[in-house]
Amino acid sequence: MGVRLNVSNIYKYYNGKPLFENCSCSFDRSGVYILMGPNGSGKSTFLRICALLENPDRGEINYFDGNRALPKDINLMRRITLLFPEVGVFNTTVFKNVAYGLKIRGFKNNKIKEKVEEALQFVGLLHKKEQNALTLSTGETKRMGIARALVLEPEVLFLDEPTASVDWKNTEIIESIIIQIKQRLNSIIIIATHDKEFAMATGDFLLYIRDGRLY
Amino acid sequence: MSFLLESFKQAVNLILNLDRELLQIIFLSLKVSGTALLLAIVIGVPLGTFVGLKRFVGREVVITILNTFMGLPPVVVGLFLYLMLSRSGPLGFLTLLYTPTAMIIAQIILAFPIVAALTHSAVVRVPPIIKLASKSLGATSFQTTFTVIKEARYGIMAAVIAALGRVMAEVGAILIVGGNIAGYTRVMTTTIAMETDKGNFELAMALGIVLLLISLIINFCMFLIQKKGVREAQQWG
Repeated sequence: MGVRLNVSNIYKYYNGKPLFENCSCSFDRSGVYILMGPNGSGKSTFLRICALLENPDRGEINYFDGNRALPKDINLMRRITLLFPEVGVFNTTVFKNVAYGLKIRGFKNNKIKEKVEEALQFVGLLHKKEQNALTLSTGETKRMGIARALVLEPEVLFLDEPTASVDWKNTEIIESIIIQIKQRLNSIIIIATHDKEFAMATGDFLLYIRDGRLY
Repeated sequence: MSFLLESFKQAVNLILNLDRELLQIIFLSLKVSGTALLLAIVIGVPLGTFVGLKRFVGREVVITILNTFMGLPPVVVGLFLYLMLSRSGPLGFLTLLYTPTAMIIAQIILAFPIVAALTHSAVVRVPPIIKLASKSLGATSFQTTFTVIKEARYGIMAAVIAALGRVMAEVGAILIVGGNIAGYTRVMTTTIAMETDKGNFELAMALGIVLLLISLIINFCMFLIQKKGVREAQQWG
């Protein structure tokens, strides 16, 4: 078992209005956690806070390795990854986009090539590796984003609306990719989505955010 | 008209015969402007990136100052630098007046606000998601900043070319602090001004042609970069 995530009594306010109040939960088993809730309920903010990209106004996010609390440093940041709905495509080739995380971790070029090509093969984009990533379709961009995260073998993977604005064909592909990732990586995968069918097909646990509370 | 044509012919001859004096002036111009541009990049790109990415008290003031300094009148910079570097000035002990170093300093003062202000514009145009994506993939603050700079590369290149255009065409400031000393601080623009005054149009025209060619190349590069930048901006949606 890799890292565990513990969310303790977090509060978050936007323009004086509460987004979360006293939210707590633990993610201590590997598997796919589905996070659902109405628009504006704070699913994306919750993921960003859990991924340590945003601070809660109160409360704490803690990661543990066994019983050892992990310091919130770059080493921890490199064990978790969040895929945003917009992905955040770098203006370069698909290959270099996927290689980014490995490159900044100092991997050797031959290892990068091997891992990136394997990940691109997995998401069905190997034939587009030399193409500028900005020219990909929305569905392909999401798949490239998954490959970019997957190549890092994160112990906690957050996916924010992985099927939003994606056609049914790409949704099916992404669904099958997530199911395979679940079997392949023994990780905690937390997915915020509106898509019930996708949630049913991929999820092991269901969380629901409403009125600032987590159920 | 024939006088113009004759001057032009002789100017072309000077260029084709690789006239020693002409080459020396061109070489010194490129050396002074190139060094100034390099140092302006070293100061301007980090400054523009910092102002573009960080939120701090007085940020708007810094942006306004940089934008204002983009249009600094060269003669005012020359005068200011002259007063600072002259024997009785606060930096007179450095004995830099009428040296290529003084000319480089003047050109840096003129070029770095252009590099910094246009770098700032390029950096703030990079979608914020790039910074977040970079962080979420495990990048350190330095790596994230470097990634943003890389994404803003076309805008930054345009900034550098705009600054190069400014320093290559500059005459007022370097004439005041350089003194236009033959073989030492005489560059293309100051030579053109002086030779025109003396009525020696051949050398002035030859240098003018070279300067125009350099300007043409700079503008062509700018056009290509902007075209590529616009195409990619469209792809960003």
